[in-house]
Amino acid sequence: MTSSTLLLGAVAYDPKVVTIWEGFRAWFADRDFDFDYVLFSNYERQVDAHLAGEIDVAWNSPLAWVRTRRAAQARGQEAHAVAMRDSDCDLTSVVVVRTDSDIDDPADLKGTTIGVGSVDSPQATLLPLSYLRSLGLSPGTDVTIRRFDVLGGKHGDHIGGERDAARALMAGEVDAACMIDGNHLLFGREGTLPPGATTVIGQTGPYDHCNFTVIGDPHVPKVDRFVSLLLGMSYDDPGVRPLLDLEGLKEWRVGRIELYAPLERAVDEFAFYDAAGNVVAADYRP
Amino acid sequence: MLVDLGHLGLDQGAHLIVKHALEQLEPGAAIDVCGTHPELRVHLRAWARTRGHRYEERDTDGAVARITRGTAADAARRNSEPAGHASPTVEGAIVDHPPGHWGVAPRGAQVELGGPDPFFALDDKAHVWVDDAPRLYAQAAANQWDPATAIDWTSRLANDELIEAAVIQVMTYLIENEVAALVVPARFIAQVHPHFREVMQLLAIQVADEARHIEAFTRRAMLSGRPLGLSTVGGRQSLQTLIDEPDFAISAFLLSVLGEGTFLSLLSFLEAHAPDATTRRVAQLALQDEARHVAFGIAHLRVQLDAEPDLRTRLVAAVERRHDVLAQTSGLNDEVYDALVLLAAGSLDPHAIATGWRRVQELQHDMDIGRRRRLARLGFASAEAEALSALHTRNFM
Repeated sequence: MTSSTLLLGAVAYDPKVVTIWEGFRAWFADRDFDFDYVLFSNYERQVDAHLAGEIDVAWNSPLAWVRTRRAAQARGQEAHAVAMRDSDCDLTSVVVVRTDSDIDDPADLKGTTIGVGSVDSPQATLLPLSYLRSLGLSPGTDVTIRRFDVLGGKHGDHIGGERDAARALMAGEVDAACMIDGNHLLFGREGTLPPGATTVIGQTGPYDHCNFTVIGDPHVPKVDRFVSLLLGMSYDDPGVRPLLDLEGLKEWRVGRIELYAPLERAVDEFAFYDAAGNVVAADYRP
Repeated sequence: MLVDLGHLGLDQGAHLIVKHALEQLEPGAAIDVCGTHPELRVHLRAWARTRGHRYEERDTDGAVARITRGTAADAARRNSEPAGHASPTVEGAIVDHPPGHWGVAPRGAQVELGGPDPFFALDDKAHVWVDDAPRLYAQAAANQWDPATAIDWTSRLANDELIEAAVIQVMTYLIENEVAALVVPARFIAQVHPHFREVMQLLAIQVADEARHIEAFTRRAMLSGRPLGLSTVGGRQSLQTLIDEPDFAISAFLLSVLGEGTFLSLLSFLEAHAPDATTRRVAQLALQDEARHVAFGIAHLRVQLDAEPDLRTRLVAAVERRHDVLAQTSGLNDEVYDALVLLAAGSLDPHAIATGWRRVQELQHDMDIGRRRRLARLGFASAEAEALSALHTRNFM
C-alpha cells in the first residue's frame, strides 16, 4: 500500500466485470482519484494476492471475506469490511420443494436428495446446508446432497448452479433445491420454476453478501477517499447509474460484519477453511 | 396504507400493485402489504432489496410486511429530458441540434440521461429537416403499390423481336439506374438523426420504391424469356459518381433534382411509346414515385439554400466536377439511345425511324426544359440554369 494508486482486486466471474470496473475507473479518474483494478480468475487467488499485499482492496465474496479475516488474524492483522452494496444486506436463502410432493416441512426431508449450488457457494450450498443441519438434518447422513457445480472458485457468483438445481427439482432428479430468496422469485418469473409449482419449506436467517475488504489500517487516505467516493455515488447520476445497475445496487453502504456469523459457522461445520484461513475442503478445486 | 395483494404472487405480477402504491408516496414513507400467497414474504424481501426499498416483516393488522420507499425507484424518469414532441406541427417539436444520446429514442419520448452517445453526421435541423416531409411521407405511404397486383403481367407483348429487344435494353438500363437510386438514400438513412423521423421515413420509403422499381423492371425484362441487355462502362461510371458523393445536399441535388427529374421525362416518354400495356403500366407507376422523390429533393434543397446561401456555389461546383469526371466517358449507352428511337418509331421503316429520332430529340429537349424549370425553382438565374442543365450527364440519371 505504498503507491498512490488504489489497486482493487475483483473476480472475473462474468464479462460484465470488465465493463463495470472500466466504468468506475473512468468515473474515479474524472474525480482525480487514482484508481486501478486487477481481475482474478477465482477468489482464492485474489485472497492470496491480498494477503501478499499485492492489492489494496479486495471486492470479496462473503466466503472470501471469511478466509481473509481468518488468515489476517492468524498473521496478527485485522481485516475490515469498508463498504458493501445495499443489496448485500439481509439476504436469505430458501429450501424449495415441488408443491405436489409430500414434503411440507424441513423434517420431511430426511432420507431425500437435496440439490445445492457449487461447493463454494455460500448462498446455495454452505448457508442452507448449515440451516438444515441446525434442524437436525446432517448432510451426507440424513440427506443426500447433489451438487450443481458451475465455475469453482467463483464462490457461487455465477447463477448457473442454482438454476441447474432448480431445473433438477422440476425434472424430479432431486427432492428439494436451495437458492437465494431473490433467485426463487427470478426463476418463477423466467419460467424455470413455474409459479405455484414449488413451495418454500425453509428459510435461513438473514446474512450479508459481498464487501470491499481491507487488511490492516482501514483509514489510510486512499482507502478513505475510495470509500467516500463510493458512498457519494448517486443512483441519480446518469454517468454511474448503468454501472450500479450492472453491479446490482442502488447505493453503497458502510461495511458491516455482524451478519457474516452464519457463514463463519457454516465454514467450520463443513470444514471449508481452517481457523487460519487455509483451504481444507477436500473436494474444492478453484 | 394497507395494500392487499389477495392470492397473487410476485412471480405472477403482484409487484405492479406494490410498485403503483409506492409511486404515490414520497421517499421514506411506507406501505403495509398483506396477501395470502405462500411465498409473499420471501419474494417481497428479495424484490424490495433489489429495488432500493426497505423491507420489514410485520405481523399486525393483517399485514405481512412493511415496505419503505427508497429514492432509486423513479431515478430514470427523474433524470430524463423530453426529446421534442412527436407531432411535427407542435411549437418546438423539432429541435435544432438533437443530442447524440437521444439516439433511437422516439421524438417526443422522455429520454433517460446517460447511455450510448452515437454520432449522427446529419444532426442539424437546418441541413436535414423539411416541413413538407410529413406530408410527402404520408403521400408516399398511401401510394405504395404491389408489383404483383398493380401490373398486369399477362398483357400481350409486341410480336416484333426488334421492339422486344429494345424494351429489354431500356429495362436493363433502368434497373442499374434504380439500383444507384436505392443505394444513395440508403447510405444517408443511418446518418440522419432519428429525431428527424419523417425525413428518415421518407428516405426509407424512397429506398423501398426503388426496390419495387427494380423488381418491376426486371420482371418486365424477363417477360419474353430473353436475356437482359448490355450494361456499359459509361453508364456505370456516371452512376458511380452519384454513389460516391458524400454530401447529403449535393447528393440530393444530383440524384433527385437533376437525375430523377430527368427521369420524369424519360418515364413519360416510355409511357407514351411503350409497345405493350405491361411496359406502359410499369413506366406509369415508377413515374408517380419518382415525381415524389423529385418533390422532396427540391423541398429539401430550398430549405437548405435558405439556411446556407453558399450552398448554391457548391452545387454548381458539384455539377461541373461531375461533368469533368465524366467528360471522357461515352455517357449514354448507344444501345439505349437506339432502343428509345426504335420504341418511338415502332419499326425499322425509314419514315418511322425519322419520327422516332425526332421524338427522342424532343425528349432530350423536354429533359432540358424540365431541369431548367427545377433549377429556377431553386433560385438559379435563367442563364445559370441553362448552363448547368447542359452540363448534366448524358446518361440522364
